[in-house]
Amino acid sequence: MTLSPRNTLSLSRADRQLAAVLRLCALLAVVVVLLILLFLFGESWPILSHVPVWRFLSDDSWHPGQALYDMSPMLTATVLSSAGALLLAVPLGIASALFSSYYASPGLAAVYRRLIELLAGIPSVVYGFWGLTTLAPLLGQWHPPGVSLLSATLVLALMVLPTVALTAEAALLAVPQHYYRCAAALGLSRWSSLVGVVLPAARTGIIAGALLAAARAIGETMAVLMVAGNVVQMPHSLFDSVRTLTANIALEMAYAMGDHRAALFVSGLALMVLVLALVGLADAYKGQAAHD
Amino acid sequence: MKKIGLIAILILIGFITWSVRQQPNNLQATSAANESTSKLVLTGSSTVAPLAAEIGKRFEALHPEVRIDVQTGGSSRGVNDARSGLADIGMASRALKADETDLQAQTIALDGIGIILHSSNPVATLDKQQIIDIYTGKIVNWQAVGGRDAPITVVNKAEGRSTLELFLQFFGLKNTDVKPQVVIGDNQQGIKTVSGNPDAIGYVSIGSAEYEAEHGVAIKLLPLDGIAASVENVRNQSFPLSRPLNLVTKTAPTGLIKTFIDFAHSEQVDDLIAAQYFVAVPR
Repeated sequence: MTLSPRNTLSLSRADRQLAAVLRLCALLAVVVVLLILLFLFGESWPILSHVPVWRFLSDDSWHPGQALYDMSPMLTATVLSSAGALLLAVPLGIASALFSSYYASPGLAAVYRRLIELLAGIPSVVYGFWGLTTLAPLLGQWHPPGVSLLSATLVLALMVLPTVALTAEAALLAVPQHYYRCAAALGLSRWSSLVGVVLPAARTGIIAGALLAAARAIGETMAVLMVAGNVVQMPHSLFDSVRTLTANIALEMAYAMGDHRAALFVSGLALMVLVLALVGLADAYKGQAAHD
Repeated sequence: MKKIGLIAILILIGFITWSVRQQPNNLQATSAANESTSKLVLTGSSTVAPLAAEIGKRFEALHPEVRIDVQTGGSSRGVNDARSGLADIGMASRALKADETDLQAQTIALDGIGIILHSSNPVATLDKQQIIDIYTGKIVNWQAVGGRDAPITVVNKAEGRSTLELFLQFFGLKNTDVKPQVVIGDNQQGIKTVSGNPDAIGYVSIGSAEYEAEHGVAIKLLPLDGIAASVENVRNQSFPLSRPLNLVTKTAPTGLIKTFIDFAHSEQVDDLIAAQYFVAVPR
């Protein structure tokens, strides 16, 4: 409100103009999201209108050519690989953030941070390529075929690790310095003050980062397509080949027609719902945290 | 204030939906206005369509007054549309059937599929029944077909791919019968998967497999019915797992249709055919 020359309660003309422009920009962003949802609904309508929704979870298999549309194995694969990746990446990411902000010397921390940022900048298709040509054959020697839920989880974990590490570090830096100093003054060791004081204070930021990483893992397509094996089946072990919803769209969209194409849009809709649920979860958590 | 915002959003959505709806009409209006430019409509096989679209682009560059419109919908649609006159030219990724001999077909390229193994795999040949048993999960170890004691990794193609269609048709399988360990999208991914796994078996377009094998990638092409899987054998049509890519017309082509088909059958499109991993026909 520094634009206002007189007071901050009634808006000046410049403020009103700025507000109008900002409102328009905000409106555009919202409308784009709504239009995408509308478009997804519109494109999947041809099949939703004559195939009941529960069939997408209860059919015998995914063979759209033979009018069988079971997506539950792919939904399971998406959820399992993303959850597995978070399980690996979150502890590692928090440990890496603690290391670079509280244990490493300033010089080492700067180099370390650059390397993590570099990891974040590698395009996902490069991770996939590495996974396909290096990781999968290695796993294959241990337990064929190599391309599996495990390799997908490992590649995803590597991909989201920098997201978790960088957001966790930002959250740690946002904790007021005097919290840590007070803990030290009370005679707590470095480790106890980190676990007992700093980490709980940074909790909201760390969890927000983990949810961001989850959204990235769910949406990742190319890398997973290359390393997951892409067989549509319920995984019985970590070494089974699986197909995620995103990989399914990428694999079949170019050649799909009619109901098959509409069914792929339904899987896109399912992904949107999954991500919306995640965002809702994050909001609910934030609301709860504010009440603490 | 909130109400005004909501109304504004609704109006904006309405406006955008309306303008999107308007677009097809605009297109129709322009095409009606330019009736002097001639237009060729091709419909049919999704295998031929990408090649036909590339050929069409080059043809348009040479004949600026012509528009080539390529639509997919399967070989049967291509044949039907050519017969009913809905399309000027139908595209079919198969030879004409016995009841379709009233139509004219011109083969513009050939498509062959080769079975590939890792180059270290000692198995030198598989017969048709063995391949069927491997793909349906009846044979799960290489030992059963004279290889080393290792589980077989079956690599299949994703639903909708024409390579899958031809493979299944040749071996008389349904996609629900196939028990794969890996499903892949394009040929390159198939070659990468097999070259990275000594116990994998897969199938890809012969053009791409032969190129990669010659450039040191660890794969080998298996012969089928005793005939080596090579571009040469696809070209002379002795390799069994192959098919012609045809342009179909109702009567002997004349005028612009003839010009286009002759162009698609000439040396001027050889590089486009090779880029799609198809094989040019001998002329």
